[in-house]
Amino acid sequence: MGNRFETVQEVREGLKKVNYLADEGIAGVAYLADRLGKPVLVEGPAGTGKTQLAKSVAELTGARLIRLQCYEGLDESKALYEWNYKKQLLRIQADKGSEGWTEIHDDIFGKEFLLTRPLLEAITADEPVVLLIDEVDRVEVETEALLLEILSEYQVSIPELGTITAKQVPLVFLTSNNTRELSEALKRRCLFLHVDYPQMEREKEIVLTKVEGITEALADQIARIVRSIRQLDLKKAPSVSETLDWARTLVLLGIESIDAEKAKETLHVLLKYQTDIAKAAKELSDD
Amino acid sequence: MLDLLSGFIVELRNAGLPVSLTENLDAMEAIMHIPLEDREAFKYALGATLVKNHAHWRSFETVFEVYFSLRGPEYAIDGSGEGNADLDEFMRQMQNLQGQGEGKGGGTMDGLTPEELMNILMNALMNGDQAMMRALAKQAVQRFAGMEPGRPVGGTYYLYRTLRNLDLDGMLDKLMEASRQQVGGELTNLEERLERDEYQDRIEKFKQEVEAEIRRRLVADRGAEAMAKTLRKPLPEDVEFMHASRDEMQHLKKALQPLTRKLAARLARKRRHGRKGPLDFRNTVRHSLAYGGVPAEPKFKYPRPAKPELIVVADISGSVAAFARFTLMLVYAISNQFSKVRAFVFIDGIDEVTDYFKKTEDIGEAIHRINTEADVIWVDGHSDYGHAFEVFWDKWGKEIGPKSTVMLLGDARNNYHASQSWVIKEMRAKARHVYWLNPEPKSYWNTGDSIVGEYGTFTDGVYECRNLRQLEAFVEKLA
Repeated sequence: MGNRFETVQEVREGLKKVNYLADEGIAGVAYLADRLGKPVLVEGPAGTGKTQLAKSVAELTGARLIRLQCYEGLDESKALYEWNYKKQLLRIQADKGSEGWTEIHDDIFGKEFLLTRPLLEAITADEPVVLLIDEVDRVEVETEALLLEILSEYQVSIPELGTITAKQVPLVFLTSNNTRELSEALKRRCLFLHVDYPQMEREKEIVLTKVEGITEALADQIARIVRSIRQLDLKKAPSVSETLDWARTLVLLGIESIDAEKAKETLHVLLKYQTDIAKAAKELSDD
Repeated sequence: MLDLLSGFIVELRNAGLPVSLTENLDAMEAIMHIPLEDREAFKYALGATLVKNHAHWRSFETVFEVYFSLRGPEYAIDGSGEGNADLDEFMRQMQNLQGQGEGKGGGTMDGLTPEELMNILMNALMNGDQAMMRALAKQAVQRFAGMEPGRPVGGTYYLYRTLRNLDLDGMLDKLMEASRQQVGGELTNLEERLERDEYQDRIEKFKQEVEAEIRRRLVADRGAEAMAKTLRKPLPEDVEFMHASRDEMQHLKKALQPLTRKLAARLARKRRHGRKGPLDFRNTVRHSLAYGGVPAEPKFKYPRPAKPELIVVADISGSVAAFARFTLMLVYAISNQFSKVRAFVFIDGIDEVTDYFKKTEDIGEAIHRINTEADVIWVDGHSDYGHAFEVFWDKWGKEIGPKSTVMLLGDARNNYHASQSWVIKEMRAKARHVYWLNPEPKSYWNTGDSIVGEYGTFTDGVYECRNLRQLEAFVEKLA
């Protein structure tokens, strides 16, 4: 199995260099994924940096990122491979009447006529890759089975060609928003990582690294307010990316420190439901 | 190590976590790559390989604490060696903080009066000093919990005793007062709130330290296995509505949210798939143009099965209130899966509460209003199913149609009143389905004043609905 990293600490510092602040758990699981050669299933609320984790790891290891966006109705021909029918037809027509059938038959099911899709591409790549299977909970349960072979053995079986085994073991990240329970078979093959809203200190640091020109005092205030808001019973709690948006808004508006009035005026950046905004505004001003 | 780990995994399984053999092997392999002295990394290595559902994380953490809390020098119990040096250090700090030069003879905290201890604790909370808080937790447990070896009392008892002596609620007020003084004057509302949240967070952390300390001592006294057994808690989806503690209620509430989302997605998907509508002639002809007029690709209309109309009639008397609340929340959270949802609540009188849900988007608030405003008491406020059903039939019975599904929620403990079960019979004749959900375990049915059997004969089915898992399964069947 691969040895991209030496220690957990190294992963953590490396991720920090590419502007991703990992906590102990995230770094630990990324390290284990590399050591055990197992895919990581990342779960958690929207906007907590699940996809970003895969991107950052790719950047850190200098690997190419191959992304498969899942959606309902995704099938083999879009995820794994497809035969290039047009090219096959042309090939047959070009040889009309000259060669024997068996020869052509063998010929048109060669690699030349294979269109690789993300999963196959990740396996056949020569250089190191990070494979990101995004929002895996959107595909149907039956389609999940497509992934199983590649996730456990790092190989793809094509009936006409045989089995294609990976040249190198890619780091695989699957993300899920948890809109449905994933199958046991899939879960068993993966390491599990739950990315939650960050602790206040970490969120503050995230704001400091990601938002340019922000003062430490403001970042601290933002992190504290966001924490308070998350404790309310809301339809949708603010995510990290929304916190960042809010921080950027405040910086753009030239606000140095937040008071209740200013917070109320800009809350719509942070919260996306009218009822939530009203509730938060009420909580922030009186009480 | 291997023994310990397999004991740990057995305990996880006992707690209800599904740990397969391969996951077990993965865990073994994972910890070979992790420096064992790094407790956090060790924990995450086990977590990532063994726990595949975030709702189970809390159970995992508890078992982990029990099994691995004793290892590591900083967790030594007798406060000898390194620990003592720390205490001395804190002592000095304390003296500096308080500006008292005289000191108290011995170098450890044992010599402090309770008031002094409280002062140090306050300072530690004020500054968010983690190490100090841990040492204080240790000291507090030693002093106040009054733990005796071999005494068969649960950890919560000791926790209560310790916290009562510390008076953390009063501490919060004092902290707020102190920070007000620091600023020199009044804080704005916003600042006030933020400060309060911050201190609450720290106090919460301190409480956890105390809890962990008590647990460590208990484990040392009784051994990990026995301890884990007493700490075993049901997973959120298995918690019974009728016996949930306040803490468990909070967790249930949190678990409900993602569950409704999942359920709605699943129901919508179920609606769209599996069934094919009739041939869509127009669309087929349109697509046949691509094949030179040959209808090679038949197109079908989207199936649009009628959504059921739901009428929920719920008992909200004390014993089953929590169950009714959760069911109403769940039903309303996925109300777009039904063409119409109407809700009625009763104790011995009955009232329609559909409007409460219409006016506000916030289900929690609607439930709160139901509990405070709905007119459900007729005589004495003890459940009277018979009267409630009778009134329901008189007032709203004619609105039940062939499309409606009626859900009756309650334990059918009728306090020996008349059952009036003919109402249910009439209902069933008019409605599409009538179901009864009972939050009591099946073995309790028809005991004492429970007459669920009598009602049950007239329904399309009586379902035991003790926890979220069963409730979810039922609702999925319904839509």
